[in-house]
Amino acid sequence: MSVPGCRPMAEALLSIRNLSCVFDVSKPWLNRVIERDERRFLTAVASVTFDIRRGETFALVGESGSGKSTIAKMIVGLQPPSGGEIIFDGTPMRGQGGDMRRLRRRFQMIFQDPFASLNPRWRVGDIIAEPIRTFGLLRGSAVEREVERLLDVVGLSGRDREKFPHEFSGGQRQRIAIARALSSRPEFIVCDEPTSALDVSVQAQILNLMRDLQDEFGLTYLFISHDLSVVRHMANRIGVLYLGRLVEVAEGKTLFRDPSHPYTRMLLDAVPDLEMAGRRRRRVEGEIPNPIDPPSGCHFHPRCPLVEPRCRNEAPPEFPRGDGMAACFAVDRAATKEAAPT
Amino acid sequence: MAETLLSVRNLVVEFPTRRGTLRAIDDVSFDIRRGEVLGVVGESGAGKSITGAAIIGLIEPPGRITGGEIHLAGARIDNLSPERMRRIRGKRIGMVFQDPLTSLNPLYTIADQLIETIRTHIDLSEKAARARAIGLLDQVGIPAAARRIDDYPHHFSGGMRQRVVIALALAAEPDLVIADEPTTALDVSVQAQIIDVLKDICADRGAAVMLITHDMGVIAETADRVAVLYAGRLAEIGPVGDVIKAAEHPYTVGLMGSIPTITHEAPRLTQIPGSMPRLTSIPPGCAFNPRCEKVFARCRAERPVPLRRPGNREVACWLFAEEGADERPGVQAHG
Repeated sequence: MSVPGCRPMAEALLSIRNLSCVFDVSKPWLNRVIERDERRFLTAVASVTFDIRRGETFALVGESGSGKSTIAKMIVGLQPPSGGEIIFDGTPMRGQGGDMRRLRRRFQMIFQDPFASLNPRWRVGDIIAEPIRTFGLLRGSAVEREVERLLDVVGLSGRDREKFPHEFSGGQRQRIAIARALSSRPEFIVCDEPTSALDVSVQAQILNLMRDLQDEFGLTYLFISHDLSVVRHMANRIGVLYLGRLVEVAEGKTLFRDPSHPYTRMLLDAVPDLEMAGRRRRRVEGEIPNPIDPPSGCHFHPRCPLVEPRCRNEAPPEFPRGDGMAACFAVDRAATKEAAPT
Repeated sequence: MAETLLSVRNLVVEFPTRRGTLRAIDDVSFDIRRGEVLGVVGESGAGKSITGAAIIGLIEPPGRITGGEIHLAGARIDNLSPERMRRIRGKRIGMVFQDPLTSLNPLYTIADQLIETIRTHIDLSEKAARARAIGLLDQVGIPAAARRIDDYPHHFSGGMRQRVVIALALAAEPDLVIADEPTTALDVSVQAQIIDVLKDICADRGAAVMLITHDMGVIAETADRVAVLYAGRLAEIGPVGDVIKAAEHPYTVGLMGSIPTITHEAPRLTQIPGSMPRLTSIPPGCAFNPRCEKVFARCRAERPVPLRRPGNREVACWLFAEEGADERPGVQAHG
């Protein structure tokens, strides 16, 4: 256990500092002039800060539109951030130069849809070998041997490298995508909903494989999912996003046993679970507001059972809670009350 | 025990293709009683949606029902003319599809669509139908229904649209609602609301629901009984608590073990090796035998018949044949 409340820099492999992403969703100029419309912006990610420690699985959960995939894209460089910093192993990541290229070899991504993320015209062997060749890691027949080894690692056969992606099932394709991610020998893998396109029995295979690989190669994962039970199974620490803001960060066990933020509590109450057979859940109120025009103050206040006047005007800062934090005034007040001598 | 509303007996659905006939549903039998929620689960390709489509007579040609019978409240409905089936569909069997955006017409207001559906099935004036439509929207939990009824589908969020679709399915007070993945396209917090709406409405009206989904969590919370399909065949059927907590068929056991839960932590998920066979290559005997840990000679040779088990359950697995359970007559093994 680390010191509560502070985030030791030493063990962080990836640090996200005040990361933001704003999309311009204005109508075309002419329409704006004719309809007297103003420019409109969608804040997909608003000043998010967290650390991912070496060797852990950090999960981001949230409903659609919460910004989890946008954060993943910014980390791997598929989406330029509007503000803030991404620091990988002590080096801030900016631009495209040669240094960045060497840095980028050390992280990879696994995408949600294994039917869309593999080029249908390429043989599996070429798909997996591409990062090896791009980064010049191996040459000649060593590449082929490495591809066969990787296929073996993910539970496929070396002979499969001659085949095309369409010859494989969804689960097998996701294994190919994992082999490709491993081929540049990364330390850090961003997994964006890696199993949500798969059936449950296949999902279990992939989740087990990802855990085995983590133990074997000492990988660090950023695991993104909307499925809380999958997250519970995979993550050491969890960050909960709501409308682009990080509302809570906690250790997996703590989050599920004792969630702090009212949104996390609502989310946990809402998940249908096998253990819930026959029981009645608490009713969930309201829906996610439109992210173009989010509520003032704390974005969650219109749905929050603990709402107080301050929440409507002021965005709550991050209050430390154990090893993590919760961005909620009510949680902070309850904590202060507990701490105060009676 | 309430009377049987829907009875499916030895249903077979086949799709002729260039490479031979595919059997998508192979000898499936089950009942749904009035007021009951029957969950139908299985992985993709197991035949869940086709079972639903067969019941309401919406199987896409060239697929067709080639065997078995479907009875609704005692009357056979699988051999009706398209015209007579059309009168049952919507009137006596309502349908809720997965994607609420594609099941609503974007060019018509919610009022137009609801009123049209109501007046197709019930003899009401425009005004009375409109009042009824508002009442329906109110019941499915749409706030300010009287005002929002004149909005178009794109004015509604995903969860609200799915409520509208449920209102449409309930427009003619059907006896049976078939809900095919009604919450799959929705976020968890909204999903819970939709499950509640479905459950409440069916409880209030005594309508039966056939809930098709791949999400066992949804089934656990909503269904009274659950049927597990595998490769177009019924693996197990029984009360939801028993099937989830004490599954008997090895496939169901594996399926339940492979689902992570939020209430406790398992170091490792159970995994079933391999994947479900394609319809072109279903193995002889039990369809699950190549993936089954408990496989023995009989499983490879002979297809298991559904065996009655204590507690109103049926399991299609030879493991239970030796215990002297009575085998249901009239079900032939396919090989």
